[in-house]
Amino acid sequence: MNNILVFPMVIPIIAGVSLLFFRSYPSIQRWSSFISLLVVFFISIGSLEAIRRNGIMRLDFGGWAPPYGITFVGDSFAMLLVSTASLVSALCVLYAAFAGDKKREGAFQYPFMLLLVAGVNGAFLTGDLFNLFVCFEIMLLASYGLMTLGGEKKQLTEGIKYVLINILSSWFFLLGIAYIYGTLGTLNLAQLSQRIAEAGQPPMLTTISILFLVVFSLKAGLVLYFWLPGSYSVLPTAISALFAALLTKVGVYALIRTFTLLFYHEPGITHTIIGWMALITLVGGSIGVIAFVDIRKVAAYNVVVAIGFILVGLAANNEIGIQGSIYYLVHDIVIKALIFLLIGTIIYLTGIYRLDRMSGLITNYPLLGWIFLLAALSLGGVPPFSGFVGKLMVGQGSITAGQYFLAFAAFASSLFVLYSVIRIFLNMFWGQPMVGKLKQVHLPFGMMVPLIFLAVITTALGFGMNALTPYVADASNVLMNPEIYIEGALENE
Amino acid sequence: MRENDTRENDVILQTVSKIAVFIILTFGMYLFLSGHHNPGGGFIGGLTLASAVILLYITFDLETVNKGIPIDFKMVAAAGVLLSTLSGLGALLFGANFLSQSFAYFDLPLLGETELTTVVLFESGVALGVVGVVVTILINISEDV
Repeated sequence: MNNILVFPMVIPIIAGVSLLFFRSYPSIQRWSSFISLLVVFFISIGSLEAIRRNGIMRLDFGGWAPPYGITFVGDSFAMLLVSTASLVSALCVLYAAFAGDKKREGAFQYPFMLLLVAGVNGAFLTGDLFNLFVCFEIMLLASYGLMTLGGEKKQLTEGIKYVLINILSSWFFLLGIAYIYGTLGTLNLAQLSQRIAEAGQPPMLTTISILFLVVFSLKAGLVLYFWLPGSYSVLPTAISALFAALLTKVGVYALIRTFTLLFYHEPGITHTIIGWMALITLVGGSIGVIAFVDIRKVAAYNVVVAIGFILVGLAANNEIGIQGSIYYLVHDIVIKALIFLLIGTIIYLTGIYRLDRMSGLITNYPLLGWIFLLAALSLGGVPPFSGFVGKLMVGQGSITAGQYFLAFAAFASSLFVLYSVIRIFLNMFWGQPMVGKLKQVHLPFGMMVPLIFLAVITTALGFGMNALTPYVADASNVLMNPEIYIEGALENE
Repeated sequence: MRENDTRENDVILQTVSKIAVFIILTFGMYLFLSGHHNPGGGFIGGLTLASAVILLYITFDLETVNKGIPIDFKMVAAAGVLLSTLSGLGALLFGANFLSQSFAYFDLPLLGETELTTVVLFESGVALGVVGVVVTILINISEDV
């Protein structure tokens, strides 16, 4: 019994639902959402340490043993992501609190954000496929709300596309679940893993695995990313940062989980396909980041490139590649939030979307400029920032697996990413200032606080990677050895 | 307080509804309570209860019903979800797993030996949630048209 596992999901739900009663008190809404997410962060850090010491935690809801009841399984991989996601979403809420968009705050912005985090955390922690679906839906419903909140025309256009594409993929997900229940008679991940191993993953199951690959690719934006840039660029800053940091990462989590725990017997088919998809994503994303002058689009395509990069590690299918993916996943949650908040702040200050229409911002806002440079370097994977270790290990994994071409594409994409953000920096921050010191829009220090925190986190993660190493090693150990997960999920109590 | 006088004469609808609403409400409560051992429960009971409210909205107009039942149904839904979640957390106080339920038999006056169970709290939350959500959705759709 590990009731602590349920808190990352239940605290945001309780906070979010209680806040519905405080519609007209924005300050209560802001601070209680921030504090509740911070509490979730500290709880999940505590659980992470406990998992490293005592092994995988399991919680059966209502005392119903698997496979009959709802089960939450906390391993290092899941808990690492829960911790990072909670911390980053707390900072996004903090930014929203200082940005103070009255219209959206009155329309339940914070409850939606909290429910989104609840869904994300639930998806990370759940131990069966059906509840993964349910948590995906919680997360998506909240995101539909956030997407259309405010009701601007552009938001509704992009919103309807986003809703339709996600309903379609949810339907495919449900179809996949039905197929797998029909063939194997269970939906508990650990039991599925056992039964697939016993059956040796015949072609039928490999086909079903491809269905899951399609579904999760759509959620993650792997190859099927056509919905992503449009929808992310119509959102207000804090919400777009939350989306960029969390939503696609849940898809990536599901991909890594299913293709290491369940369908790992035919890597020649499934992992090769994942490798090709990662390659296409890297190429498409790299073209996107340099093709656009709209900085929101550039940021959105940066999300796409990162997804391709993380899955290069999964395609390598060896311990070092997976470790690299985990490092990079943690780094990417932090840095994508930072980049989207920075881009949003620039637009808030100047009202300009195009990078060639502005220059010299660093004279007006020096701190913002230096944080942007730091974020750009971290995004490109320059040491000593947090992206470096992940990139290095993903590359090593790829080369160990003999996928030289993928390794080359991954590193080439890093250069494109670095170029795309440095280009924003050089164009918008460098050069002749266009706005006089006296006329510039005031930047409240409160809005800088989350940016400073995120910048400190990405630097600290870079310098202090060793602190993260035991957890990442434990996580990749569980991912590469499914029997540890099975034992933890079925026998530990 | 008729909003629209050009509407057709609906005396029969209104008279029948006034009685039918109570029958539906009773049936909803019956479904809700029978759910513990028989088909029924919070979700279905909630849907039935909601249909009574919806019937009122169809028969009379929004303003009349809102005056008679001055409740924000969004808050009903929120209260329901909160009740369900908190009843799940209640189990933690007794050192049991999240969402654990228990029951016992009590000798109550009038009713005799009665089974009381904590799952009723959870199910009431579900019922309130369903009523709140269904009514809110339908009111919003009607406002759009």
